[in-house]
Amino acid sequence: MLNKKDLLGIKELSLEEIILFLDTAAGFKDVIGRDIKKVPALRGKTAVNLFFEPSTRTRTSFELAAKRLSMDVINFSVPTSSVVKGEGLIDTALTVQALGADFIIIRHTSSGAPYLLAKHLKASVINAGDGTNEHPTQALLDAFTIIEKKGDIKGLEIAIVGDIAHSRVAKSNIYCLTKLGAKVRLIGPPTLIPDKIREMGVGVFHNMEEGLKNVDVLMMLRIQMERQGKGFFPSTDEYSRNWGLTSERLSLAGDNVIVMHPGPMNRGIEIVSEIADGPNSVILDQVTNGIAVRMAVMYLLSGVKR
Amino acid sequence: MKIAIKGGHIIDPSQAIDWIGDIFIDDGRIKDVRKQSAAFRSPGEEQSGGDDPEIRTIDAKDMFVLPGLIDMHVHLREPGFEYKETIQTGTLAAVKGGFTTVCCMPNTFPVNDNASVTEFIKRKASQEGHCMVFPIGAITKSQKGIELAEIGTMRDEGCIAFSDDGQPVMNSLIMRRALEYSKAFNVPIISHCEDTTLSEAGLMNEGLLSVTLGLRGIPAEAEQIMIFRDIVLAELTGGRLHIAHVSTEGSVSLIRSMKKRGANVTAETCPHYFSITEEAVKGYDTHAKVNPPLRTARDIEAIKEGLRDGTIDVIATDHAPHHRDEKLREFDMAPFGISGLETAVSLSLKLVDEGLLTMSQLVEKMATNPARIMQIERGAIKADTEASLVLVDKNKKYTVEAQKFVSKGKNTPFEGWTLKGMPVLTICRGKIYE
Repeated sequence: MLNKKDLLGIKELSLEEIILFLDTAAGFKDVIGRDIKKVPALRGKTAVNLFFEPSTRTRTSFELAAKRLSMDVINFSVPTSSVVKGEGLIDTALTVQALGADFIIIRHTSSGAPYLLAKHLKASVINAGDGTNEHPTQALLDAFTIIEKKGDIKGLEIAIVGDIAHSRVAKSNIYCLTKLGAKVRLIGPPTLIPDKIREMGVGVFHNMEEGLKNVDVLMMLRIQMERQGKGFFPSTDEYSRNWGLTSERLSLAGDNVIVMHPGPMNRGIEIVSEIADGPNSVILDQVTNGIAVRMAVMYLLSGVKR
Repeated sequence: MKIAIKGGHIIDPSQAIDWIGDIFIDDGRIKDVRKQSAAFRSPGEEQSGGDDPEIRTIDAKDMFVLPGLIDMHVHLREPGFEYKETIQTGTLAAVKGGFTTVCCMPNTFPVNDNASVTEFIKRKASQEGHCMVFPIGAITKSQKGIELAEIGTMRDEGCIAFSDDGQPVMNSLIMRRALEYSKAFNVPIISHCEDTTLSEAGLMNEGLLSVTLGLRGIPAEAEQIMIFRDIVLAELTGGRLHIAHVSTEGSVSLIRSMKKRGANVTAETCPHYFSITEEAVKGYDTHAKVNPPLRTARDIEAIKEGLRDGTIDVIATDHAPHHRDEKLREFDMAPFGISGLETAVSLSLKLVDEGLLTMSQLVEKMATNPARIMQIERGAIKADTEASLVLVDKNKKYTVEAQKFVSKGKNTPFEGWTLKGMPVLTICRGKIYE
């Protein structure tokens, strides 16, 4: 069993723990493929989605995962809460815990916010994305999807393309994939890839064509429109021309390359529709697998014996 | 009251004192400072034999007896932020930490950018303060970096230096004017060197750790660019420049080479910049959130070398007390700052223990040089001056417990550290604090 109360980041996980999450998720993948998609594993427990940032897919995914484990789920939506009245994060979370939450699933704009809660709460804290730090369940579902499609991760050439500097998805994936033995390279403009990140054991390419060579897995990141006009790149048009994924560029990658995207996509900017909807795309598999992985995470953190 | 401090190791480089001796105090003033000699039984000792109830004899054996230390960079928070610290609590923390003089930065509310705020601080300090307080006035109105504040009027009211600490003057022309104008009043300009366009919204040192923690980095260059700018402006204008809280290797080498070519510049660092690295931020510990940020082991080595070779003239605390609730927050929302008055001496004594500085050199950094830079007649052990002294027990070990700080600010990254050497008794303005 897992000897942890919280899932804060992949950087704190051992290889064994990552494998335990992935193996457990495989079991739940079977469950959610059945006609009756629900198991009573965590009946009587309560999960609270504490989301301080807009999110549809992650919040829905956690909600469904909790429901399929037979939990009660509350969505704590920030604009209607006392947070707008100036309540601090710790007070909000303590209140939610006092209401009976066993799991607090937090998404927050501040890096480290889940760590702060984990220190002050008895409830399990699950990081659903904090600032530019980590998004651990996304990395686990990405790894799960890669294994599902490729059999194994060890030795694969995996490229992550886009705004690495501001991407918690990229960070969690770098930790997760390198721990699982993949060779990870990052592709994007130098303004969006911190130079020091090379010390995390990854390769860096600023030229998309060079970077795509022999790639087995291609992870495209969402380009946030707000970055435009902040000096990171002159225009989305120019970004797209240099680092957008087109069919022509995809042909430079390895045979049977799979294309991933954590969503939501900017079609026509970082990825063209023909690829997003094409045979190499596993984007919708990622969404489905997200539920299985999040079930596994909550199940293992609960400490319930099988 | 008469006091006799006997058998202590008295150190005051300004008076070339570095020997075992006795100090006699009467009515708050030093009457005599005398070298102890085994062959000579001093008449003072006979007069003040242990039985005289009029005289308090303090056995200072195995202790350093130092001039009351001068901290030229503190935030006392009053007026405006009394929930963080007051002049009363901040100065009590100072004397507990061995300081008998502090210079307080102007980022209060309202800002100390006019003589009435200066007057308020001086009056409060004389009524409620436990040590001498010299205010530092703002360079520009509201520290906005746009218009010069009334430097001359504030000087007349008691400001002894000028700084927009925390809100660096980004406009080079205004900084030039400040360095020029301040010459008329012979006051130093203290610069918090940070190019805020480069450090924009930064939270910690820029490096691999800031990447892995997902916290926006502040590159060392943000400090170095402004140090270079301000020193060349000081050269251009002939103004007196003091660089606050130096934190990087590059800053030390810049200041060293600019001093060599004759620039009229002095510099300070703080104990946290030679004691801990950015690693202290791990786990999102807001007590290690400070500006400039904690840097790397290489920077610590360079700062120590800068202290050793005299590039860095002063150790100040940048005492920045905050309320518990403000630090108990998301890392990016918590304010910058460390409550430093009550750990500074112990942390600095490590430099002596390591053989980097002599005790006499440490006193230079914490009393003699600040007095010279700020042009104040303090920080010396001299007959016929106010008795302003601190006794440091060099062997006393203790564990840092923030809850025991007398400062309202319990925000320290040194909680739980075992430190050796502490100020045990401070004499200031006729009172004994122990």
